Amino acid sequence: MTENRTSGRFEAALRSGKFVITAEVTPPDSANPQDVLAAASKLGKFADALNVTDGSGANCHISSVAACTILSQAGYEVIFQMSCRDRNRIAMQGELLGAGALGLHNVLCLTGDDVTVGDHPQAKRVFDLDSTQLIQTARIMRDDGIFLSGRKISSPPKFFLGGADNPFVEPFDFRPLRLAKKIEAGAEFFQTQYCFDVERLRAHMKKVRDLGLHEKSFILIGVGPLRSEKTAEYMRTKVPGVYIRDEIVERLRKTPTEGKRVEGKRICVEIIQQVVEIEGVAGIHVMAHKQEDAAVEIIEEIQALKVSKKL
Amino acid sequence: MRFFKRLRDKPYLLEVTYKFTEAIFARLHPLIKRLGYGRADKLMRIPEKIGKGAVFDCQMCGQCTLHFTGMTCPMGCPKNLRNGPCGGVRQGGFCEVDATMKCVWVEAYERSTKMKICGDGIFNIQPPLNQRLANKSAFINLLSLQGADMPETWKTETGLRHD
Repeated sequence: MTENRTSGRFEAALRSGKFVITAEVTPPDSANPQDVLAAASKLGKFADALNVTDGSGANCHISSVAACTILSQAGYEVIFQMSCRDRNRIAMQGELLGAGALGLHNVLCLTGDDVTVGDHPQAKRVFDLDSTQLIQTARIMRDDGIFLSGRKISSPPKFFLGGADNPFVEPFDFRPLRLAKKIEAGAEFFQTQYCFDVERLRAHMKKVRDLGLHEKSFILIGVGPLRSEKTAEYMRTKVPGVYIRDEIVERLRKTPTEGKRVEGKRICVEIIQQVVEIEGVAGIHVMAHKQEDAAVEIIEEIQALKVSKKL
Repeated sequence: MRFFKRLRDKPYLLEVTYKFTEAIFARLHPLIKRLGYGRADKLMRIPEKIGKGAVFDCQMCGQCTLHFTGMTCPMGCPKNLRNGPCGGVRQGGFCEVDATMKCVWVEAYERSTKMKICGDGIFNIQPPLNQRLANKSAFINLLSLQGADMPETWKTETGLRHD
């Protein structure tokens, strides 16, 4: 984990040992680049890198690679998210080369939410590669300079490769080992699903440390604010893979309406304070769809609280 | 039907049967080669579909990884994932796409822990499917192809083990 593969600020920040903050941007439903810049403006100032989602929740938006390029040209450090749901291996390898040529080095390889949860449930699901295979494919393109067909790439791309991790859903025992599998395939950093269960995360990270995986990769823990118990209820029933403990939902329900937003932020800050204490955590990944203001306040608060010496 | 369902929870018995069948095919390889892989495939296709269909709900992908996936067919996963579960698994271990179904990988992992021969195979990195092999006999494909359709640098072994 010493070699700097790209000239990117995200990789450099992680390798420096700094506590890294990444934030998620949902590309707009617009062909106007100004709208892409607007979507990133609030969190861009505070984050070491911005994740640009790829048809998040299986909903149609401007493509990740296009939005990434617009943001990267405006000076942001971006993480290009690529899901296996919508393209076959020909399109994916072509797009990986394209991303490399456009200077997008950070690639987060994802399985992708199923088409049934999005706005086009009639669509054909592709999944020609799975996320582990996508990581390995990108690594082979980078390190061996070939496509999966064996054909040579004249100028191979430089990538810093990432994968997703969800410690909060079953099969719990397999999750750390799946991380190890992805590392063998070529993953160098991980970003997790929303953490609303620190106990579960602690157990997961213990296994990760036992396997020595925290020394082979950088792990960023997903966090984000809840606006109310209704948002929490929606997220845990409708958003795939999100688990929220009953106590948290109950806490929001008991809070008077005008105080819910503040309470949601407080819960998030408390979770971050506990997360930074866990050995092997390299940073946090803030997801705050339509709640960018709250997310900015959370980041300011944890910086003021100096939750981590490395922040 | 209940019989086959119960059988699925006997992964050790299934892996022994699987390895035994594989060994028979390996023995018969010279004969199959002389017969021609195409002809052998036509002979094997239907019995394989019926047999593995009944026990594993086989989808005839033509590239059996059963012994590496807890004797649970990964093609039953709506996303056809071959290397492990997605992050969308519901509480209680149910599938993101079909909430009435247990996640294929929750079952696969559980069963892999009970296997004695190939249990650690679940940690191997499975290559992408070769779509040209679909609807053909996996045993014959294994003999004719010998894993020659991925770059030599495609890594499969991870060295990971069950505790």
